[in-house]
Amino acid sequence: MTEKHIDEATGIATTGHEWDGIRELNNPLPRWWVWTFYATIVWALAYTIAYPAWPMLKSATTGLLGYSSRADVRAELAAAEAAKSQYMEAVAAKSVDEIIKDDTLRQFAISAGAAAFKVNCVQCHGSGAQGSVGYPNLNDDDWLWGGTADQIYHTVLHGIRFADDPETRVSEMPAFGDIIDATQIAQVSAYVASLSGAPVADQAMVEPGATVFADNCAACHGDDGKGNRDLGAPNLTDAIWLRGEGEAAVAAQVRSPRHGVMPAWGARLGDTKVKELAVYVHSLGGGE
Amino acid sequence: MLNDAEVERLDAEAVNSAKVRQPLYAARKKIFPKRASGNFRRFKWLVMAITLGIYYLTPWLRWDRGPYAPNQAVLVDLANRRFYFFPIEIWPQEFYFVAGLLVMAGIGLFLITSTVGRAWCGYTCPQTVWVDLFLVVERAVEGDRNARMKLDAGPWTLDKIGKRVVKHAIWLAIAVATGGAWIFYFADAPTLLHDFATGSAAPVAYITVAVLTATTYTFGGIMREQVCIYMCPWPRIQAAMLDEHSLTVTYNDWRGEPRSRHAKKAAAAGQAVGDCVDCNACVAVCPMGIDIRDGQQLECITCALCIDACDAVMDKVGRERGLISYATLSDYNANMALATGGTGKIDPARVRDANGKLASGLAHFHIRKIFRPRTFVYMGAWSLAGLALLYALLTRDRLEVNVLHDRNPQFVTLSDGSIRNGYTVKLLNMIPEPRTIVVTMQGLPGGEMTVTGIEQPAGRSVAIEVEPDRLKTIKVFVRQPLEFIEGEAQTFTFVVEDKASFERDEYVATFNSPGKSK
Repeated sequence: MTEKHIDEATGIATTGHEWDGIRELNNPLPRWWVWTFYATIVWALAYTIAYPAWPMLKSATTGLLGYSSRADVRAELAAAEAAKSQYMEAVAAKSVDEIIKDDTLRQFAISAGAAAFKVNCVQCHGSGAQGSVGYPNLNDDDWLWGGTADQIYHTVLHGIRFADDPETRVSEMPAFGDIIDATQIAQVSAYVASLSGAPVADQAMVEPGATVFADNCAACHGDDGKGNRDLGAPNLTDAIWLRGEGEAAVAAQVRSPRHGVMPAWGARLGDTKVKELAVYVHSLGGGE
Repeated sequence: MLNDAEVERLDAEAVNSAKVRQPLYAARKKIFPKRASGNFRRFKWLVMAITLGIYYLTPWLRWDRGPYAPNQAVLVDLANRRFYFFPIEIWPQEFYFVAGLLVMAGIGLFLITSTVGRAWCGYTCPQTVWVDLFLVVERAVEGDRNARMKLDAGPWTLDKIGKRVVKHAIWLAIAVATGGAWIFYFADAPTLLHDFATGSAAPVAYITVAVLTATTYTFGGIMREQVCIYMCPWPRIQAAMLDEHSLTVTYNDWRGEPRSRHAKKAAAAGQAVGDCVDCNACVAVCPMGIDIRDGQQLECITCALCIDACDAVMDKVGRERGLISYATLSDYNANMALATGGTGKIDPARVRDANGKLASGLAHFHIRKIFRPRTFVYMGAWSLAGLALLYALLTRDRLEVNVLHDRNPQFVTLSDGSIRNGYTVKLLNMIPEPRTIVVTMQGLPGGEMTVTGIEQPAGRSVAIEVEPDRLKTIKVFVRQPLEFIEGEAQTFTFVVEDKASFERDEYVATFNSPGKSK
């Protein structure tokens, strides 16, 4: 350190640093600023002691206050659960029909069901529940297993052709390719297509087709072709075709039918969530 | 070649040279405004009573809106998102009414300022009103100007401490009452007062009162004129509103100068003597601590107390009032020209006639000066905004419909081949009475609708009960048989109508289908 040097022009002491004759004026920071700065350092140290901060070999210090962001999240989730628990309990206690009659509960169930649907159901039924070939459209009024809220509830709860659930809904159409010959298949396909007014390539096939139908198909699909919900046999006279429209699609299904599988959701989601899903699906417009 | 001595030396100096450098921060000099009395002081008392009265009493006014709406005349119901103002109820989407009122307030401020200067600052600004109120307390406790100056300069005796404690206690009480009154605009006043007193009000109520107590106490008691000078942007903007025909508080130096404390002696010595006796009364009463005789300045809030003070002195010395007066710059300039006679030096004799009275040729303010293009423009804009708001208010809908068309899926084919579209229909009943709203379809031949939750066969019209002052959301399914479908997108109209009042609203919706495929 050189001795104290006062700058002539300003009358302010210099720091003693000099570069080629240029000296640095010693203008200290304002005291309030310096003390604030020190206070922030103290605060920072205290903060790291009070809160989780210092990395150790395997984890980090936990802090004196025992704070944890995960605990915060758990508490918030628990609070959210508690907030809706009264509705959940009511949903659990009531039947789907009772839920639908209660305005508040219905709104709650539809919202909850919509959320659950987006997670569990959209993979097959589509985000708008519109379905696609092989996957039923849940908006329309055609139901294989019935469209009342209770029937929908049962379907979601136990699934369709789901081997692990003894109460699952099962239907199986035989592969008629092994039972009747190709001509009969073409005839019955023409007949089935004509039931819903679809165009048929050869009108002459329709009448013999009716005979084939009465012999082989009417047992399940009914004499008039309107199906049977107890057996899960689809209505063949309407405008809705799960496996495609027209003679060719019908013929393919007659020859070697494909059967979809829906899991039993009761075991996975629990009874309450299934009720909410049923109420939601019932609300889409086709509910009976 | 010039030698060094012959080079011209310019008389210039760096503006920030060490010799003239001065600190940028100036400590506040305390101001001890003296009590004024006179017409303007009386007017200010009146304005203070009215503005404080409005502020404190408004939340307690009642207004009967029936059983389904609060009965507080002015209420900002943030929780339910409603704003009530006497018979008017505003929903959040009608906030443009408030925006319109703010536009009117802004233009109104321009209009007032261009005619009578900073009247807002001088009379009605809350800062001015509350500082005035705080000064009343200060005078009552510590005495008028001289007593306060003495007390302030004196040592900390028991008497001084006592007076200070009393003063600040009253100030704090006023501050609490100020913050306390504010919260009543946001909830039912009597209920909130009870809850507040018993400690069961919402935390935000206590926080709001605490914050407003702090700001009122600080701004009104401690900072006072510094708020106007350093914090408020308005003094900086207002110059743009003023012109040479605007009335401002003016020291008429054309009759005041040369000022003299010994007028008679000076007159006897043959010197020119103006009306100003340099008594500094105008400075003593000024709440901003300025001297109006230095001319129009940013700090002046035109409270006109200096006019009262000067008029009282003029009465005493037997001169005409109005040495300090509301005057326009153009009048001032005309009188100044008269007083100087082009010499650049004021001669009071020029503005006085043979009898010693003020000369008749002096310019005085005339009321028609108010009506000039600038004020006409402001008045026109203000009236236009007002009329537009009034029109909007009188013709606004109290029944509205909003429709959201389902997009996923856009349409659904039903088993009989007909096509169904879904709509989320929102009915807004904006009056505090329950209503039956009839929703009817117009257009879309063969189309029929069903409403979820309403047990009624499909039809083209359905009645919906809507709660008072609420929005009701319904899910509407519209179905059209195959044979009626024309094209992929058809339009039709949802008409909602209150059969009792014939109020109605419409929404033109689209009906989607795969088209006439078969």
